[in-house]
Amino acid sequence: MTTTAPAEAAVGETPSGAAHPHPRRPGRIRRIGLPYLLLLPALLLELLVHLVPMVIGIVMSFKELTQFYIRDWGTAPWSGLDNYKVSVDFDAPVGEALLHSFLVTVAFTLLSVGLCWLIGTAAAVYLQDTFRGRGLLRALFLIPYALPVYAAVITWVFMFQHDNGLVNHVLHDQLHLTDKPSFWLIGDNSFYALLTVSVWKGWPFAFLIVMAGLQNIPGELYEAAALDGAGMWQQIRRITLPSLRPVNQVLLLVLFLWTFNDFNTPFVLFGRSAPEAADLISVHIYQASFVTWNFGTGSAMSVLLLLFLLVVTGVYLLLTSRGRKPAHG
Amino acid sequence: MAPPRSFFWSRRIFLTLLTGFVLLPVYVMVSSSLKPLADVTGEFHWLPSEVTVRPYIDIWSTIPLARYFVNSLIVAGAATVCSVVIAVFAAYAVSRYEFRGKRVFTVTVLSTQMFPGILFLLPLFLIYVNIGNATGIALFGSRGGLILTYLTFSLPFSIWMLIGYFDSVPRDLDEAALVDGCGPLGALFRVVVPAAIPGIVAVAVYAFMTAWGEVLFASVMTNDSTRTLAVGLQGYSTLNNVYWNQIMAASLVVSVPVVAGFLLLQRYLVAGLTAGAVK
Repeated sequence: MTTTAPAEAAVGETPSGAAHPHPRRPGRIRRIGLPYLLLLPALLLELLVHLVPMVIGIVMSFKELTQFYIRDWGTAPWSGLDNYKVSVDFDAPVGEALLHSFLVTVAFTLLSVGLCWLIGTAAAVYLQDTFRGRGLLRALFLIPYALPVYAAVITWVFMFQHDNGLVNHVLHDQLHLTDKPSFWLIGDNSFYALLTVSVWKGWPFAFLIVMAGLQNIPGELYEAAALDGAGMWQQIRRITLPSLRPVNQVLLLVLFLWTFNDFNTPFVLFGRSAPEAADLISVHIYQASFVTWNFGTGSAMSVLLLLFLLVVTGVYLLLTSRGRKPAHG
Repeated sequence: MAPPRSFFWSRRIFLTLLTGFVLLPVYVMVSSSLKPLADVTGEFHWLPSEVTVRPYIDIWSTIPLARYFVNSLIVAGAATVCSVVIAVFAAYAVSRYEFRGKRVFTVTVLSTQMFPGILFLLPLFLIYVNIGNATGIALFGSRGGLILTYLTFSLPFSIWMLIGYFDSVPRDLDEAALVDGCGPLGALFRVVVPAAIPGIVAVAVYAFMTAWGEVLFASVMTNDSTRTLAVGLQGYSTLNNVYWNQIMAASLVVSVPVVAGFLLLQRYLVAGLTAGAVK
């Protein structure tokens, strides 16, 4: 990057400088070109790693791209909308599995985001004023966020082990809540295992953002409310929560997108193929592409997922910005 | 103003439960890493039957952990430095200049944040292989390819946050520097960057953590010599045995530097988020 930027600058300057010998001209050209020059590295990278791959991904979704063509994917035959038809044919196995995975992901995401937000907000509000041990708690609460995903999730895998895990030891051996040790990483329980890990890992981000948001609420609001006789709970309900609205709008959207697209957590928890009850869509598509070697169908599924997220985000932004207008007069 | 009793006891209960939830895996990690193998393969016990540091010695020879560690350091470090520098330039341009395509740029960059990573995985793999065949630059399987990928992961968030942060630095300051004879880059590095240090540190922390923890691309785009910790730790599970004590010891070893760094810099992170992202 450092070598291309000055070279581009020189190329941009020479012709204009030669054509217009006026002394102010080159300077003006450079100032107009400067923002583009500053953006150039970011633009090139986004092109290479996000935009071009996205276009290729969309093209691939219209091709019959099985393992026979992967060496030279350009030669794979066109299949029109076949990949999409297979993906949304909910009566056939592929479509049925995709629909199931989608519904699991929606349920999982709503629960996880909701819990992360609740816990994060409560923790931030409770830690708002100073008391002994506040700094320590604040640091402890950020540990799940700071731990590398694989290290944290692999510890949960150990805790969820059938024979030698902590969870069964506590639930079965110590509290006698279950008749026999349960399986947590296969079968229906896997949904709750995934949810637990996701909430454990995700709530500190909500905590962090809400904590940052709380610092922007002017103290006079609380003082005025206290003078009017509002108690602590009333202040939280009438001042803290409404003031956090703009922060929450961004926070919930970001949490939703991250949780919906999360690959790392289920992949470390379950490996290449997740149990049916916890078959999140990103792992499902990974499996459709890299395990069953049908990249065309995998791409079509990715594009459908992208369209869904675009629509949800668009509607969300529309709704929240409409809701915000009256608040700001 | 004294908060009511209900506030205090509900706070005590909530914070106690939450602390337990947060620290449970940390306790399991620490205690299991000090157990002999027989302890972690049998029934779970809260305390080790005997405390041993053996796992901490064995982790280095069971798998080439040191090599994975170095790979992760190089990849995450390079991705962090590059993404911070690139984000600083881009955010400066957006924050200080009016130009055509500004909105398109910010919207495009931000929306890539919401795309599922799985959408890019295979196309990127093909692009890297094709670039390699055409130019001889080995991107696939190399650290360079992974660095390139990772530095875009954190880029959208970094640019977004730094725009907010740079906007909060008064324009008068860098305009005064321009009047005093600084070039635009001089004004950026002498005035805007120093004033935005908390935001920049926050962005760097975020970029490093994203790269250090990424699993999907690391599992597809690395080979034996470039493998990062994210994939390498799987090596402790063999067909015959799962060395849980070593897995826990290794997890702890790879986590400590990141967590320590994060906790040291968390003050900046909250400050950076306050000014940059929360507006």
